[in-house]
Amino acid sequence: MTHREALEVLAAHRGDRVVLTTMGSIELWPAISDTPLDFAYLPSSMGQGVSLGLGFALATGRGVVAVTGDGSLLMNLGCLVTVANHPAPLTVLLIDNGLYEVTGGQDVAGAGRTDFGSLARAAGIARVYEFDDAEAWRRGAVEVFNGAGPAFVWLKVLGEHGKKTPTAPRPMAEQIRRLQSALAG
Amino acid sequence: MLEPAAAVGHIAAAGFTHVVWIPDSAVGPWEPALVSNPQLKLIRPCREGEAIGIAAGLMLGMARPLVVIQCTGLFEAGDSLRNVVHDLHLPLKLIVGVRSYAAHRAGKSVDSCPVYMEPVLTAWKVPYTLLADSNVAGFAAGVRELAGTAGARALLLGE
Repeated sequence: MTHREALEVLAAHRGDRVVLTTMGSIELWPAISDTPLDFAYLPSSMGQGVSLGLGFALATGRGVVAVTGDGSLLMNLGCLVTVANHPAPLTVLLIDNGLYEVTGGQDVAGAGRTDFGSLARAAGIARVYEFDDAEAWRRGAVEVFNGAGPAFVWLKVLGEHGKKTPTAPRPMAEQIRRLQSALAG
Repeated sequence: MLEPAAAVGHIAAAGFTHVVWIPDSAVGPWEPALVSNPQLKLIRPCREGEAIGIAAGLMLGMARPLVVIQCTGLFEAGDSLRNVVHDLHLPLKLIVGVRSYAAHRAGKSVDSCPVYMEPVLTAWKVPYTLLADSNVAGFAAGVRELAGTAGARALLLGE
């Protein structure tokens, strides 16, 4: 499955959830969805996307999908334990391409060998899903988004080299205003 | 002497909604009071950078979190702090325990924590108040100052 295919399935099933994108997903997502409920976390602190998503879900009770990469998640693996122990309507969507894609495609530590599903289960997340092709993800997405409480979705996607460094679709202050206005409305 | 119930009471009275904390030995005794306070929700992250990320999400969701950590963790959390305060421009509020501060002032510590705490916050352009001793009146005023400041601010507790 390509990164874009993985995100297209998300777009078809996210409903009214807030979608927080990070790193390489920021470059792809605005062409798929660009509403006030789409939050591009850029400029970012790498690894903190899931934590932001958790805080937002805890504050609002609103469904959030935090789209993170394998390199980012590895920088903040403890967040899986935190997510498991603070029940919130948060879906962690891991785009695993084995690469630091935005820096030119270097391997992440443990590329292709790390079992992220087992890590999530061991952290205590009850609903863990793994998909390595788009059709299976398409079929499984219904169950992922019908369930309650935190979920972890491990999507194995093809690594791509030579991709552009992502740019946010709009300035951060404007993104925050849009998101908070949508919540208030 | 700062009693846990009084400390937590001042935090709740200042309008904070969540405490995101990784305790050190000085604030660890606050735990029962934090858990039982009906106005505060206690969040337990694994690392201090993560604590600041969670606080950012809470602020985006219009909550009023307070991050309570030790200075060692603040040193680790630099990139998260930089991003939340200077990229997202969110009004991050912190209480930070400064390990070995009293011994440092007395010239009896080789701990580098108190040496670098204030310069680090100054470098990150986070205004702060330092309480050399955790007296109730000073703490209450410091927490009110945190809550009443429009931007980011830290209250340092000398330990």
